[in-house]
Amino acid sequence: MTSFTMPRRQLIARVGGLAATLPMLSACDAINEAPAVRKILSMGEEMNRASQRALIDRNALAREFSRADLSPIFRANGTRLPAGAAYAAHAASGFADWRVAVTGLVTRPLSLSLADIRAMPQRTQITRHDCVEGWSAIGQWTGVQLSRILTAAGVKDSARYIVFRCADRIGDALYYESCDMVDARHPQTILAWALNDKVLPIANGAPLRLRIERQLGYKHAKYVTGIEAVASLDGIGAGKGGYWEDRIDYEWYAGI
Amino acid sequence: MAETPAAPSAPIATAPVRVYRHRRATRIWHWINAATLLILLMSGLMIFNAHPRLYWGEYGANNDPAWLVIGSTPDSGYLRIGSLRVETTGVLGRWTDAKGVEKTWAFPGWATIPTSYNLADARRWHLFFAWVLSIGLTLYMLWTAFGGHLKKDLHVRRGEWSPRHIWHDIKQHARLRFPRGEEAARYGILQKLSYIGVIFILLPIMIATGLTMSPGVNAGAPWLLDLFGGRQSARSIHFIAAWALVAFFFVHIAMVLLAGPVNEIRSMVTGWFRLPPERGERA
Repeated sequence: MTSFTMPRRQLIARVGGLAATLPMLSACDAINEAPAVRKILSMGEEMNRASQRALIDRNALAREFSRADLSPIFRANGTRLPAGAAYAAHAASGFADWRVAVTGLVTRPLSLSLADIRAMPQRTQITRHDCVEGWSAIGQWTGVQLSRILTAAGVKDSARYIVFRCADRIGDALYYESCDMVDARHPQTILAWALNDKVLPIANGAPLRLRIERQLGYKHAKYVTGIEAVASLDGIGAGKGGYWEDRIDYEWYAGI
Repeated sequence: MAETPAAPSAPIATAPVRVYRHRRATRIWHWINAATLLILLMSGLMIFNAHPRLYWGEYGANNDPAWLVIGSTPDSGYLRIGSLRVETTGVLGRWTDAKGVEKTWAFPGWATIPTSYNLADARRWHLFFAWVLSIGLTLYMLWTAFGGHLKKDLHVRRGEWSPRHIWHDIKQHARLRFPRGEEAARYGILQKLSYIGVIFILLPIMIATGLTMSPGVNAGAPWLLDLFGGRQSARSIHFIAAWALVAFFFVHIAMVLLAGPVNEIRSMVTGWFRLPPERGERA
């Protein structure tokens, strides 16, 4: 993790130290750090987002599998146990007092308990989870469609993004993620509380995690405490729409 | 006819015959593509470092059987393919960086973009230059098919398909006897098959398997998953096809060096190629 979160300045200093021995390599890394280069490279993300939105049906479903296709072990990644007494207390009580706040650009702010969420119509789907690192795992998820929660809260037309607040702290900040309204209202985008017919394990995001099936794993926020409808991602975290997006420049649109 | 052009009475042995061999589209695409493939390879190796294991099928993670692993033990690095295990200490799995620090990433820093572990930046490079490759290849394929390149230069004529002809070309290559004179102006059967293979098979496979790894594209084009046998199979094929391109590169460079690097490279810059004189003629 430390190499992930190393500030760029430190990285440049380290790279600079190599200059005497490895002019070619450090030249490559200097190019990699140049703001103009980064701006050009980031056009790839926008081209991927725009082309996927233009060419792929907005409601096209991720493939759903059968129980025979399940990964024998569903790998957990990222935070496996949120730190702190508050989360530990929730876990000890079976998350009986867990609340998900639905706020922002909504006409009816909500505070949902797990019982509230389980009382809503449920969706079960067997889908493939793709980590940005390259591995995949197939699991069965059960939960409520996010679109139902958004409708219940009366999301305003001015909302352009949904931000997911999480209980796990990595380093200095709480994890968060966000998506556009297309993925937020997608039929397979659910807040899941069960994995493979069992209550969601803590390592996989108990008591609630997001499933956003057409994007990579880091978009699937775990330990969800809040759903916030916003008009802009500016002013949230560092403004790039997610914990890793802010820190190491992962793509906000992770459909590829 | 009043005048007929006078046939040259004798070939001028000292003036090499120059032919316009590569049109501008070929030259531009060749060099853009060369740089693009190098960046895609090096950033791809960095992406592989994030999970240096390959699987067949739809899923695959650390607890699932991998057919290829680059890994490390406390004092060595190794490559395992199936049940074959090769010690690769110093190159793969465990190597020492320029500062003398031991690292256990699969591919070493000199082979990756960026040089230190950085999945986010490698993806930025890879996914931008994937567009350069895709757009360039699409345009070049269209130009090749409709601009006469395919018909004039790459089309395999009937006689060339005969095993005898192919075997003859293989033997000539093995003896390092390359075509001279007029014959050198045309591609041989092995050249034609390699260029067709790269342009119309390998590079499209790279792009298609790359897209098959995209969960967004999977939703819109699930048939790609069936075509390649699942996402992790697509990732494995992407890796294999990348090394097939590397193999093509090394053979390509060897042929350029053996056939006369100055003349060959100049022809890919200016378009003009000097025909090597027939054997027995003086250069």
